[in-house]
Amino acid sequence: MKAAVIVFPGSNCDRDMKVAIEQSMGKSPDMVWHGDTELPETDLIAIPGGFSYGDYLRCGAIAGNSPIMREVVKKAANGTPVLAVCNGFQVATETGMLMGALLRNANQKFICKDVDLKVISQNERFVGAFEQGQTVRFPVAHHDGNFYADDESLKRLNGEGMIAFKYANSEGEVTDDTNINGSVENIAGIYNEAGNILGLMPHPERLISDQLGGTDGKTFFDNLINSLN
Amino acid sequence: MKARVTISLKNGVLDPQGKAIEHALHGLGFEGVNDVRQGKVIELDLGDLDKASAPAQVEKMCTQLLANTVIENYSIELLD
Repeated sequence: MKAAVIVFPGSNCDRDMKVAIEQSMGKSPDMVWHGDTELPETDLIAIPGGFSYGDYLRCGAIAGNSPIMREVVKKAANGTPVLAVCNGFQVATETGMLMGALLRNANQKFICKDVDLKVISQNERFVGAFEQGQTVRFPVAHHDGNFYADDESLKRLNGEGMIAFKYANSEGEVTDDTNINGSVENIAGIYNEAGNILGLMPHPERLISDQLGGTDGKTFFDNLINSLN
Repeated sequence: MKARVTISLKNGVLDPQGKAIEHALHGLGFEGVNDVRQGKVIELDLGDLDKASAPAQVEKMCTQLLANTVIENYSIELLD
């Protein structure tokens, strides 16, 4: 299989994403520059985290309008799997590939720590390695991770099984206390209607070995790559 | 021809920066402040663009890039 990682000016997690995919896939993904107008043939597109274009105007707004994203949106609409992490999640909402928007964290603070997430809706491709209801631990590092969706969108997200992860405690309890950034209903990650796009604020690519403090991210990427092979 | 676009978060969307400003104003003793919403102003120099086509052009800029209509409102002011 082949994978592509989109590279924007300012992003700081594109290499982490490359390493995570490389470890699970056994070869390097294509690194695709934001100014390109064509995507190489690929089975997976990853939109990495990290302050594309300095987050000027709004997080993900300028990246969402970059030339390569027109191609990404097209491919995604045709069913190519897309993994959008952190700033990538913001980019995906800005393009309309995913519902909602990401606001400034409710407590105004930049949050950088490992958090527990409850797996809400099963999606073999993205969370097949985990049981529904189980908790996984991924790191977060964001200032604008406060997920917002209006009532109508929330209804659809809930009704159509489009919520992927919620901020929880290690027992899998989802409470106000475990809501690190003020996200509506503790939502940390969502799918699109077709289930081929996952956007999430936490960074699975940052927890792929014991030296980094955990391997839940490795499990996540191994499953994703295996399911696409 | 110039245009000024004012962008603010929609009512009901949490504005943590506005809240921080509100708290700071209360801290300074301005008790009469009930709520603060903050936003941004973007000024555009549109060169020789004619007055007739400017509103539609700026509107397009707002919906495509300048504002995220999921969470933000915008207003456009055309200046000579």
